[in-house]
Amino acid sequence: MSVAIRPAVAEAPWVRRFVIGAAVLSLALLLLLPLLAVFTEALRRGLAPALAAIVEPDALAAVRLTLLVAAIAVPVNTLGGIAAAWAISKFDFPGRRVLVTLIELPFSVSPVISGLVWVLLFGSQGWFGPWLEARDVRIVFALPGLVLATLFVTFPFVARTLLPLMQEQGRAEEEAAATLGASGLQTFRHVTLPNIKWALLAGVLLCNARAMGEFGAVAVVSGHIRGETNTMPLHVEILYNEYQFVGAFAVAALLALLALVTLLAKGALEWLTGRRQGVETP
Amino acid sequence: MSTAGIAGLSPAAVPAGRRRAWPRSALPGLRPTLGLTLLWLSLLVLLPLTGLLLRPWEIGLDGVWRVVTEPRALAALRLSFGAAILAALIDLPLGLLVAWALVRYRFPGRRLLDAMVDLPFALPTAVAGLALVALYAPNGWLGAPLSAIGVQVAYSRAGVVMALIFVGLPFVVRTLEPVLLDLPGEAEEAAATLGATRLQTLRHVVLPAVAPALLTGFSLAFARAVGEYGSVIFIAGNTPMVSEIAPLVIVTRLEQYDYAGAAAIGLTMLACSFLLLLLLNLFGRRLRPRTA
Amino acid sequence: MRMTRRSLLAALPAAGSVPVALAQPRPAAAQGATLTLLNASYDPTRELYRDVSAAFAAQWQGPPAVRVNSSHGGSGAQARAVIDGLPADVVTLALAYDIDAIAERGLIAKDWQQRLPHNSTPYTSTIVFLVRKGNPKGIRDWGDLVKDGVAVVTPNPKTSGGARWNYLAAWAWAREQPGGSDAAAERFITELFRHVPVLDTGARGSTTSFVQRGQGDVLLAWENEAHLARAEFGEDRFDIVHPSLSILAEPPVAVVDRNVDRKGSRAPAEAFLRFLFTRPVQEIAAKRFYRPREADLVAANRALFPELRLVTIDEAFGGWATAQRTHFGDGGSFDRLYRPR
Repeated sequence: MSVAIRPAVAEAPWVRRFVIGAAVLSLALLLLLPLLAVFTEALRRGLAPALAAIVEPDALAAVRLTLLVAAIAVPVNTLGGIAAAWAISKFDFPGRRVLVTLIELPFSVSPVISGLVWVLLFGSQGWFGPWLEARDVRIVFALPGLVLATLFVTFPFVARTLLPLMQEQGRAEEEAAATLGASGLQTFRHVTLPNIKWALLAGVLLCNARAMGEFGAVAVVSGHIRGETNTMPLHVEILYNEYQFVGAFAVAALLALLALVTLLAKGALEWLTGRRQGVETP
Repeated sequence: MSTAGIAGLSPAAVPAGRRRAWPRSALPGLRPTLGLTLLWLSLLVLLPLTGLLLRPWEIGLDGVWRVVTEPRALAALRLSFGAAILAALIDLPLGLLVAWALVRYRFPGRRLLDAMVDLPFALPTAVAGLALVALYAPNGWLGAPLSAIGVQVAYSRAGVVMALIFVGLPFVVRTLEPVLLDLPGEAEEAAATLGATRLQTLRHVVLPAVAPALLTGFSLAFARAVGEYGSVIFIAGNTPMVSEIAPLVIVTRLEQYDYAGAAAIGLTMLACSFLLLLLLNLFGRRLRPRTA
Repeated sequence: MRMTRRSLLAALPAAGSVPVALAQPRPAAAQGATLTLLNASYDPTRELYRDVSAAFAAQWQGPPAVRVNSSHGGSGAQARAVIDGLPADVVTLALAYDIDAIAERGLIAKDWQQRLPHNSTPYTSTIVFLVRKGNPKGIRDWGDLVKDGVAVVTPNPKTSGGARWNYLAAWAWAREQPGGSDAAAERFITELFRHVPVLDTGARGSTTSFVQRGQGDVLLAWENEAHLARAEFGEDRFDIVHPSLSILAEPPVAVVDRNVDRKGSRAPAEAFLRFLFTRPVQEIAAKRFYRPREADLVAANRALFPELRLVTIDEAFGGWATAQRTHFGDGGSFDRLYRPR
């Protein structure tokens, strides 16, 4: 690449160093320190007690439940998110702004309310409560309630990550494919998906991380039954309230590690597929 | 552009776009995708929110008014919205800086940094709260030096803003990243070739392109922050009228078995957020460049 | 380590049944061989019921075999969960008001408090002060809490059952002082809350703020929590101060009639609650720092449970319903008196 053009589309070296430094510093202060605090607390008494807290049966049950809830909630919201992003970015129809705002809405609903709404619907005193009870179906304080609360709080992630990108990309490529006779699914698979796959992956990962880490909403619908309806975040709270700080932070650290590992895997995937991000530094 | 004979295009899908800049959308799939979207939205969001919408009125309009305009509730609502907006505003430049560094530059530890951005999602909010208070409490790693110079973060409003900056940051970074990645290098190169300085290029080429994403990032960070509970209650001190957030007032109402009152405050928060987000989205339409 | 092993043992059977339980709509009822009772309790009783549940399961003559699982949270939140359908067989909560709230919705018979001895309260506690070692601020009684430079940590009475006992104990003391009256109590409470730097939502949160975060000079706490905090965090770091007067905190228990009738678990559920009043549990309670109902056990543990004047909620405040309305409801005394610094 020509050296003559490079300086004009890149910043001066000192600017670059400053930006990198500032970004690293702010991330370190804002994000790395809390993470370090979690790991420090977890390993305060050494590795063995931390590991013991993780392989303890209640903790394992919590891990299983958390993974199960995420395994149901994430695909549902991914499918819905893709459909929504496609409809909104590729077509003009009245009410699109309202639709986007409605999709974003669950973000601004307090987690407390996100849990409460399901209790208001399916709790014993709720609209469908008596009907469900008569049929012996339990929704809140059981797996379905946990899934519903998680679906609600992670609802917008995929759609909201895809939308700005798909809007920015416009529809020309898809229209060309359609003109050439490709079906909707074909167009999506061969034209749209390659363009959005990284954003989609990012959205899914965010959705998954939040699904595993959600606390407030899940706390309302869980019932806190040890070994049965406790997800990992709830288990963390229980341990913390039992003054088992090492155990609490060990499970929290595991949760953070799960997220970090998925994210590092994403990075490795990008690297393996030879994907180059942004402007290369020579 | 002709739409005749295109496989899968349903005529019903077309008219909506008639009045727009494009003559028609040549793409198939409006019906199934919009149908799926509406079903997904209705079952998972609209249905439960309808419950929330209808619940408060059992205490009557004046009952709702009394609950919402009670000084403690008002103070809490002011704090929640004020702190969320402030935190999202702080997240914007921070997020842009981080996203830019991550997308545009190569430096050691970049991938690790990139992975770390999502940390606030992955840590359960309650754990984030515990970690933050461990850091910022007057005997914490950062709290001790800060309190030595007379700054108290934990157990004050500053603590609330701090926690909200934490939960909101990834939204800004993650919204900006794909757009920055996707930014065509040609436009920048063209600007540079035409003699624009780097700063001019950034201002007139890059910034307009990322503006919608910035706005989205702001909306998301704000939306996420305004209802945040778990990470805030540990660090806020929860002093009524001073550092008590609106979600805590909801919890307080619930403790008194006052579902209607709790729903009333929840609904008020929701209505305010919805209006604000709608305004931002409408504003975003003006920012978005129309690609022909 | 000690705790980990115990919870490990207690939870071993739980882990195996998880996948089964998840697959079925009603987890507790569906397990043929072992009947699982669910005890919905409040935060500070975790350690107590871990021991009690194990002891009960060991002495229970089946069939079916019975084990007791428990769920812990804020007392009010737990009561709400039961109202909203948490399939608890028994509730063991921080205050009668919360069980009354469940009874009001028809899940528990209205006369629940008469069904078991001692107002259905198998153990009691009271409110004491936890101070830093050597009591550097010289705190001896309630009046010392409002001295200059004293910071008091208590949870929020609006969200914590324990905090309500704290509040009422303070009120009762102020009213009992020479020339005391409700007006004097209001003044004292107003002053007291000016000395509170942080209001956590629950009792355990407050303990952590006081112990781990170094907030405040004195923590208002349940007697059992204060002893537990010393045991957990070091007897060399904290002292317990018993004020001249406090309140008799009675955390009651009840069978959730509707749930046990649906599940067919009434017999073991009632047996579990009756078991709470027996000698073995009274001994466990004393070991876990709750004041047993059996006088000789209290006497035998005088070092833990010194004598002090205790008022009851019924004689001093006309029962929980009145106390709740007057002090903690909308526009109650806490709402009126609480003024941030």
